[in-house]
Amino acid sequence: MSGAAGGHSAHGHGESGHGDAHGHGSFKDYVTGFVLSVILTAIPFWLVMGNVIADKVITSVIILALAAVQMVVHMIYFLHMNTKSEGGWTFLALIFTVTIVAITLCGSIWVMHHLNANMMPISAEDARHAP
Amino acid sequence: MATHAIDALHRDSVAEPDDVPVFQDLEGEHHPEGSTMLGFWMYLMSDCLIFTVLFATYAVLGRNYAAGPSPKDLFDLSLVAVNTAMLLFSSITYGFAMLAMERDDLPKTQLWLAVTGLFGAAFIGIELYEFAHLIHEGATPQRSAFLSAFFTLVGTHGLHVTFGLLWLGVLMLQLRQRGLIVENRRRLMCLSMFWHFLDVIWIGVFTFVYLMGVLQ
Repeated sequence: MSGAAGGHSAHGHGESGHGDAHGHGSFKDYVTGFVLSVILTAIPFWLVMGNVIADKVITSVIILALAAVQMVVHMIYFLHMNTKSEGGWTFLALIFTVTIVAITLCGSIWVMHHLNANMMPISAEDARHAP
Repeated sequence: MATHAIDALHRDSVAEPDDVPVFQDLEGEHHPEGSTMLGFWMYLMSDCLIFTVLFATYAVLGRNYAAGPSPKDLFDLSLVAVNTAMLLFSSITYGFAMLAMERDDLPKTQLWLAVTGLFGAAFIGIELYEFAHLIHEGATPQRSAFLSAFFTLVGTHGLHVTFGLLWLGVLMLQLRQRGLIVENRRRLMCLSMFWHFLDVIWIGVFTFVYLMGVLQ
C-alpha cells in the first residue's frame, strides 16, 4: 500500500476514507446508541427480576422484542450499518444472514418441538430402567 | 462461439485504440477501498451463523435438565446485569477510541483502548467466576443437555471476547510502535466491528439464555 501514496490513495485514506463503508459515527451517534442500549437492557432485566408482569408468555414476548430492537440499535449506532455502505453489499450480506438465522432458529425449534410432542409417552417406571 | 466473440473484440480494440475495453484492475494501486471491511463483515456474518447454530442447539436442549439444576436454580441475574453493563461500557469506550483515532489523537486512542480492555477483562473475569461457581456446585457441562448447551454457547462467546482482548493488546503495542498509520487504522476498524458484533451476540445471550431461562 505504501507504494500507492499518490493522490488517489491519500484521498482514500483521509479522514473520510475507508469508502463510505462502516464510517465512524459521531460522538452524538455513540452516546445516542449507548443511552438507547441502557434503556433497552434495563427494561427486560427489570421486568424479569421484579416480576412485573404475571403472565410469563407476555414477558417473554416483550423481552424478545426489546432484544431485537436493541440489536438494530447496535447495528445502526455502533456498527454504523446502512443500506448504502460498500454499494449495498454489507446490507445484502446482513439480509442473507438474517434469513439463514431465522430459518435455522425457527426450523430447529419447530421441528424438535413436534418431534418431542410426537414421541411415545414414557412412564416413570420405564424411564428408571432405561439404558 | 465465445472465442469468435473475443477475437472480434480483440480485432476491434486493436483497430480502434479508443474503444479498448477497460477491466477493473484488482492488483496494485487500484485496490478497491474498503474491501477489507467488506471481507471482515463477511467473516462476522459467518461467525453469526456459528452462534445461530449454538443458539438453536440451546433452544432445543435448554429444557432437558436430566433431573439436574434448572436455570432458575443456577443463574444470578444481578451478576448477569453487571456483566452486561461491562460489555456495554466497553462498547461505548471503544467508540470513543475510534473518535479519538479520527482526530489523530494517539494518546487518547490508547487511553480509551485501555479502558475498553479493562471493561472486557472485567467481563471475562465475572464470566469465569460464574463458570467456576457453577462447576463448584456440580453444574458441570457433563451434568445435563441444558448445561452442555449453555457452556458451549456462553463459552464460545467468552472465547471470542478473550481473543478480542488479545487482539486489542497486540493493537495497542502496534500503535505504540508505529502510531496511527493506515494499516493500524484499518486494524482498529476491524476490531471495532468485531467488538460491537460480540456485544450484539451478548444481547441474544442475556435475553434468550439468562432472562428467559429464569422466567421459565
